Amino acid sequence: MSLLRYESQVRSPLVDGTKDYHQVTEDICRPVEAKPSRLWWTGFLISLCFLLFGIISVTTEVIYGTGQWNLNRTIGWGWDITNFVWWVGIGHAGTLISAILLLFRQGWRTGVNRAAEAMTIFAVMCAGQFPVWHMGRVWNAFFVFPYPNSRGPLWVNFNSPLLWDVFAISTYFTVSLLFWYSGLIPDLATLRDRAKLKWRKAFYGVASFGWTGSTKHWQRHEALSLVLAGLSTPLVLSVHTIVSFDFATSVVPGWHTTIFPPYFVAGAIFSGFAMVQTLLLITRKVLSLEDYITIEHIDVMNKVIVLTGSIVGIAYLTELFMAWYSAVDYEWFAFKENRLNLDSPYGWSYWLMMGCNVLSPQIFWFRNMRRNLFVTFFMSILVNIGMWFERFVIIVTSVYRDYLPSSWSTYYTPTIWEVGFYLGTFGLFFTCYFLFSKFFPVIAIAEIKHILKKNGENYKAKMTKEEEDTVTQFGEHHLQEH
Amino acid sequence: MAKKKFIVGNFTDEAVLFPAVKKVRRAGYKLHDVFTPFPIHGLDKEMGLRDTSLHTAGFIFGITGTTTAVSFITWALTIDWAINFGGKPYFALPAWIPVTFELTVLFAAVGMVLTFCWLCQLAPFVKKDHFNPRSTDDTFVMALECTSATNDTEAKQFLQTIGATDVTIETRETGWWLGSYATDKMRFEKN
Repeated sequence: MSLLRYESQVRSPLVDGTKDYHQVTEDICRPVEAKPSRLWWTGFLISLCFLLFGIISVTTEVIYGTGQWNLNRTIGWGWDITNFVWWVGIGHAGTLISAILLLFRQGWRTGVNRAAEAMTIFAVMCAGQFPVWHMGRVWNAFFVFPYPNSRGPLWVNFNSPLLWDVFAISTYFTVSLLFWYSGLIPDLATLRDRAKLKWRKAFYGVASFGWTGSTKHWQRHEALSLVLAGLSTPLVLSVHTIVSFDFATSVVPGWHTTIFPPYFVAGAIFSGFAMVQTLLLITRKVLSLEDYITIEHIDVMNKVIVLTGSIVGIAYLTELFMAWYSAVDYEWFAFKENRLNLDSPYGWSYWLMMGCNVLSPQIFWFRNMRRNLFVTFFMSILVNIGMWFERFVIIVTSVYRDYLPSSWSTYYTPTIWEVGFYLGTFGLFFTCYFLFSKFFPVIAIAEIKHILKKNGENYKAKMTKEEEDTVTQFGEHHLQEH
Repeated sequence: MAKKKFIVGNFTDEAVLFPAVKKVRRAGYKLHDVFTPFPIHGLDKEMGLRDTSLHTAGFIFGITGTTTAVSFITWALTIDWAINFGGKPYFALPAWIPVTFELTVLFAAVGMVLTFCWLCQLAPFVKKDHFNPRSTDDTFVMALECTSATNDTEAKQFLQTIGATDVTIETRETGWWLGSYATDKMRFEKN
């Protein structure tokens, strides 16, 4: 298999330990086939409690209206739109790993893509809750779709960024789900064929759609994955661009800037990778998958975090510079007085954002820090806090002081129901993730097998010998020529 | 669908499988299919399968999405009920780019996945024979179809000489049927 030698020997293996194809199947299917551990039950039940709290908070809001939240004039968008943007952003890393890195032929994505894609889907599900429940009269939510209605028909406004959002988020969710599930089908077939219990055979039989592994089917599957990756790549960039348009197309000082689309996309990938780290560090430990999600993977993702964190930092500074350079009084006031000024009501949140997003990731310039699991875990939490505050700063500090000082609002703090709604989406997210990790393989089995002979530790060792031989032969051959 | 007789060879290494496929084809056996646990690049070419046209289907679905979006929005906002949004033109094409793009992607993705399922005949509750359950784990399974010209024992020996570790002769259903993997019974089976 001469083709296999194209993998550089300088790179570390992506699959540790002595593995063959069967061992890979065993390792990844074990958590699915074993009884859930006590740790799993604990986590699952805690998530369910949070979800329940969320359901209660949302019910309260539906019964009494958005007046249950502390939104006021002029803060019409507070915690819940902050949370919406935050969750959508988190989803972006999954698509980046599954689609963009597939196009760039990054072998390391195979270890983490399944879990990251699942994270995308659950994060977008959580994000979708916020605009929907914010509508107040949620039973009319279907008005956002252009359907022939009895009111004219009166069509939706296709010129509005809020409508673009409807299309962007629903398309993003659908395409991510299709991409994820089409990748899962072969692995579900593996689980089906290994199943001993009757309900498992039936369940995975239905879920795997009758997959056989025929060569023709694989050929089409590969084509499908590649095209879906090609479609998802501009899609993921478009989604956060459109989310940023919600702000950038308005005339609110602090929102009305052209830098928003790239800045939002970089921020989304930044926060998404932090969430991937949080999830995978727990997953690899709890499901003992350290051989598949290796230190190498953690290291590479930390590099992405320091890169995107720095892009975000540059964006903050550019935005600040442009606010001053534009010589627009309102714009500069929004930045100087509402954000930079530590003594202003929300000044603290701006500096918290700066500290978490720009300064703290710089620690990842050091290799031993990138490969330290505790530092990585701590940083992943810190980045997510920082990125939440970025959205909070953008939304609240821009609107709490209007053009007219007489209409400046009072200090905005969320009510228990706003907090409850946010915690509830954590419940939804982790409930889904726990169920996913119990019933589906968290690592793409077929894809790992595909790269095993290139990147597996035991195969890599053998190949080094082979490659040395080739080099020697090459030298001897040339020696003869001279 | 009718049941057919197959000679099934199991391989443990794809490096052995590749030359074996070539030899089987050269020897003139009717190659039914090769079942593998993961995609093997180049195996489709080796088996003489033509390239898939799924990409073309995706393109057509995408274009359909684009046209649907542009024509529908144009009709809705300029003909059916034209509304003046702040004095902007009714035909505001640049503002429709986001929705047009999203619908292009949506149509292409959904259309392609459905086409994929249709071509491969994949759906929930569909059941198929795939000779060896280990073919989704670590075994590469090659199935030769027995025709009137095939000498079973000769073919069996041939597969063994080219590297198959375990060769069996089996009668299998080639199509799909509605059924559960939990039972061997075929739903709607007459006999």
